[in-house]
Amino acid sequence: MVRLSSTSGTLCGMNVVVCVKQIPDPADPGALDPETRTLKRDVKLILDESDSYGVEMGLQLVDAAGEGEVTLVSMAPNNEVGGLRTALAMGAAGAVLVSDGALAGSDALSTAKVLAAAIRRCEPDLVLTATESSDGYTGTVPVQVAELLGLPSVTFGKEIEVSGGAATVRRQTEAGYDEVECPLPAVVSVTAGVVEPRYPSFKGIMAAKNKPVEELDLAGLGIDPATVGWAGARQEITEIAEAPAREAGEIIHDEGDAHERILAFLDDLKVL
Amino acid sequence: MGISKIWVFGEATEAGATASTLEMLTRARDLADTVEVVMSGDAASVAGPLGAHGATTVHTIGDIEGALAGPRVASAIAGAVEAGSGPDVLLCATSYDGRDVAGRLSARIDRPVITNVVDLAVDGDRLLGIEPVFGGTTDVTTGFNDDGLAIFLVRPKSFAAEESDGGLADVAELAVGDLGNTGAATVRERFVEESSGPKLDEAAVVVSGGRGLGDPEKYEMIESLAKLVKGAPGASRAVVDAGWVPYSYQVGQTGKVVKPTVYLACGISGATQHLVGMKGSANIIAINKDEEAPIFGVADLGIVGDVHKVLPKLIESLQARG
Ligand SMILES: Cc1cc2nc3c(=O)[nH]c(=O)nc-3n(C[C@H](O)[C@H](O)[C@H](O)COP(=O)(O)OP(=O)(O)OC[C@H]3O[C@@H](n4cnc5c(N)ncnc54)[C@H](O)[C@@H]3O)c2cc1C
Ligand SMILES: Cc1cc2nc3c(=O)[nH]c(=O)nc-3n(C[C@H](O)[C@H](O)[C@H](O)COP(=O)(O)OP(=O)(O)OC[C@H]3O[C@@H](n4cnc5c(N)ncnc54)[C@H](O)[C@@H]3O)c2cc1C
Repeated sequence: MVRLSSTSGTLCGMNVVVCVKQIPDPADPGALDPETRTLKRDVKLILDESDSYGVEMGLQLVDAAGEGEVTLVSMAPNNEVGGLRTALAMGAAGAVLVSDGALAGSDALSTAKVLAAAIRRCEPDLVLTATESSDGYTGTVPVQVAELLGLPSVTFGKEIEVSGGAATVRRQTEAGYDEVECPLPAVVSVTAGVVEPRYPSFKGIMAAKNKPVEELDLAGLGIDPATVGWAGARQEITEIAEAPAREAGEIIHDEGDAHERILAFLDDLKVL
Repeated sequence: MGISKIWVFGEATEAGATASTLEMLTRARDLADTVEVVMSGDAASVAGPLGAHGATTVHTIGDIEGALAGPRVASAIAGAVEAGSGPDVLLCATSYDGRDVAGRLSARIDRPVITNVVDLAVDGDRLLGIEPVFGGTTDVTTGFNDDGLAIFLVRPKSFAAEESDGGLADVAELAVGDLGNTGAATVRERFVEESSGPKLDEAAVVVSGGRGLGDPEKYEMIESLAKLVKGAPGASRAVVDAGWVPYSYQVGQTGKVVKPTVYLACGISGATQHLVGMKGSANIIAINKDEEAPIFGVADLGIVGDVHKVLPKLIESLQARG
């Protein structure tokens, strides 16, 4: 949920960068490339559903501010724009897309270095991300980006309110939530399900085709290729093994007495 | 050979050190010569249990009042690393603050993080992390191939916490470096969403409900059943996202990892992201009307049936027992 109070001190509205990851469709089960030991990337990429919440929240914040825009930032192989188009159709004004062959094999820190460099060019008031992506789910990129940009961060945000140059964020906790105040600019990661992402309208889809997507490579960002991708990786996979499967037990069809079977099962375990 | 020093990022609540802190300490003491804790807040009050689980020293940055732990603890660890007094390995739980600490530190000292680890193994003088991928069907083992600090994010419930004969841990102060703007977020107020009964990740019995319950009112059945078996109610992400129950009920990859004696899944399909949160349970019972539902692949007792028929009878029989 998004609220923007009328006492907002941002005179020129809100400029929000939303990081969006473009991923292979999770409905297609992934596979590790036996050669490179990373996820195979030969399929069409879509917008990570986890990022649709950040896009929606960014759009609502800009609406509430009355002025400003949402800019998408994405790093993806082969100048893929499939997922960006979806987010542009939702209403984002434009996108920055970083692609470079040298980024293959990037870990989360390499990814964060690239995103941080791209975000810096946009000079946003607020950077939104998801708390974790659907495919890699390290959940470390948002804070790594914040640290590289020298910005404060609030992770696991459920609700954001902007007023007087600061954001008040409801941060999920073990017991409930914390109300956290954070001066802007800042990085906030947004948990899934906290807003209802809008469906792109037909008009939105048509308009998205003409929205600007700035394509950059590492040279354009001033990043040394030796510090990212395979060249910058300091971790290696030493083994890939099939996990021991849990054995399936007894399956019965309920004939009106299944509850008795459950009771007997619980009695045997002496948990009642 | 071997690993000389592991630090565990320690977390504590009013009830004491968190379970995941004690789990990591228990594992770490078998892997390294020295195991120490780094934390914020009152270290003296938890030095007993931390020591009993294997920590010899607890480094604390002191009271941080309303500030967030991430940037402060990360800056303090970075300082120790620079001064040459830091550890070889840092273990953080995959928790709210654990991820913040690992991410901040990673960027600050330019070290990657090995994440979602469920087991650790020693390989010469380095530590390897084992991470399940593709919904737990494949285990990937990863290690660092250089000498810098090895940072791991460890999933809760990966190890069983056990006390050793360790005594009270020493308490040492650790200084926080310059934070610039990075530490500017502060907690103004904490809200607790009360729940009665045992905690989801500690209960001996967990009764979880999914989209198969049909509508939010039917979740009532899960609550009553959980109460009757002195267990905790849980949920799939589908019903959490739909707003039936708070996020704190969620079991799975992005929710809680539970390992109860019995897990009862009602109207839950058994998506891989749900399975990774509960398939370590000692016993699993599943009720689902679809014979082909993946949840039956992990169930010890699978009931092909309608939750609206089975659950009311189960509740009634338990009530009759008194
Ligand atoms: C199975 C598997 C395991 C992995 N394990 C590790 C590991 O242990 N350590 C490690 O360092 N790397 C790991 N990786 C690689 C890592 O997933 C990638 O480097 C990825 O590019 C960034 O990490 P993430 O998706 O996990 O980010 P997360 O931190 O989970 O992402 C959080 C949010 O950051 C934003 N974001 C992330 N990536 C992008 C992007 N490319 N473009 C725009 N926004 C983005 C999105 O909003 C995203 O939701 C793993 C990958 C896989 C497939
Ligand atoms: C990045 C990411 C993270 C995720 N994290 C999590 C997570 O932490 N936890 C989680 O749970 N999910 C998670 N998910 C979502 C997960 O993929 C599934 O969508 C979700 O678990 C499905 O919930 P469900 O089983 O309740 O619903 P469904 O998949 O819709 O299943 C409902 C089941 O109920 C059965 N049913 C219907 N009617 C009846 C009846 N009358 N009686 C008996 N059975 C009935 C159906 O046969 C079906 O099997 C995540 C997904 C992603 C992409």
